Amino acid sequence: MRPGDITAAGAGLLSCLTCGLLSQPASHEEDANACPRCGRRLHVRKPHSLLRSWTFLVAAMVLYLPANLLPIMDTESLIMGSHSDTIMSGIVLLWKSGSWGIAIIVFIASIMVPMLKMLAMLVILVAVHQGVSTHCHDLARLYRILEIIGRWSMLDVFVVAILVTLVQLQLLAAITPAKGALAFGAVVVLTMLSTMSFDPRLIWDSAEHARRRPHG
Amino acid sequence: MRLHGPLIACRECDLLQRPTALAGHMVARCSRCSGVLYQPLDDDLDRPLAYTLAATILFVLANAFPIVGLEVQGQTTVATLFGTARTLYDENMRALGVLVFFTTIVVPALQLGAMLYLLVPLHAGRVPTLLPGAVRMLQAIRPWGMTEVFILGLLVSLVKLGAMARVQPGVGLWSFGALLFAIAAAVASFDARVIWAKYRPAPGGIDEAGRRHASSTP
Ligand SMILES: [Zn+2]
Repeated sequence: MRPGDITAAGAGLLSCLTCGLLSQPASHEEDANACPRCGRRLHVRKPHSLLRSWTFLVAAMVLYLPANLLPIMDTESLIMGSHSDTIMSGIVLLWKSGSWGIAIIVFIASIMVPMLKMLAMLVILVAVHQGVSTHCHDLARLYRILEIIGRWSMLDVFVVAILVTLVQLQLLAAITPAKGALAFGAVVVLTMLSTMSFDPRLIWDSAEHARRRPHG
Repeated sequence: MRLHGPLIACRECDLLQRPTALAGHMVARCSRCSGVLYQPLDDDLDRPLAYTLAATILFVLANAFPIVGLEVQGQTTVATLFGTARTLYDENMRALGVLVFFTTIVVPALQLGAMLYLLVPLHAGRVPTLLPGAVRMLQAIRPWGMTEVFILGLLVSLVKLGAMARVQPGVGLWSFGALLFAIAAAVASFDARVIWAKYRPAPGGIDEAGRRHASSTP
């Protein structure tokens, strides 16, 4: 067997995710190996990766509803009366006032990205459970994209924070944060945790496993 | 079974591969998943150190001055970076306030602090004691630094407020905008493998990623 045909795990080696060093495991116990260079605890794969990834994902999906249905901020204005804004109504307002570019950016960051992230994570997790054999490259690429775009959904949380700070009562209006913002922040954090808990090497393990299993 | 010589495992799919020398700005990709395996090592610590120092100064400025002010009928309110987190906290949104504080202040501060802690002594030829811990922390917190997302949030907020009031960009805003690029440049030029190579060249293991060490004995 040559390198290029076999994984580190297949060759009985542990690779360190912190410093990249490959090493022979000193002990056969799962939890007992540390990287000889940097001291990080070594595992063949991230421990409980799928369970943790699923847990965070399901929690994010549950909170996605209140995050979108509940108002994220309340505005009280002497001139315009008081109203509550959900994420979507805020986008509609931006669109109607002519700020199309910004409306589209907020729509992508706040509605599309979280939804696509959860869907993509769902697809990846289901595929790993079922044993993918053909779409590994697409799944790997999908995962790479998830890692990059995850943070951008925090946009609306920052918008609420800035608006609440700038618009206070003495300026004829007051903006206060509402429960939806909390749920939304939680969705962003939970989807990020779900992505981080997942070990992309499982995609390829699962393919390898499916390939070796005789078709029945 | 034994595999001799320098080897490297793909971080994304675990495939073992043999590193080869890279020319110029080439990047080595995994033969199976095409994830990045390694980039050429740049031993020079001047650039990352310069970017990190610049980013640190800008970070202090961005925190010391108001980022933006809002003027309505002669009255002005200003927002500082810390102020936005503080307001949420005071408005009964403690978790959200902490989240904003963490992602816009704590994480960038830790990033810059850890990079200075590593780069300043290494540049002078000394190895800092807590090197492994500092590199590990940098890796762990990296996804949680959201300076650039905050800037976009600022832009959206200003558009929303533009109709009802005059918006005054503050000193903090310019520092913050510049900080965005300085942090990105510092993080991009910071190659952890250079740090590891200076720390300890692959003891007892099989090899350093992307670089051959004659001393490694399997
Ligand atoms: Zn790979």
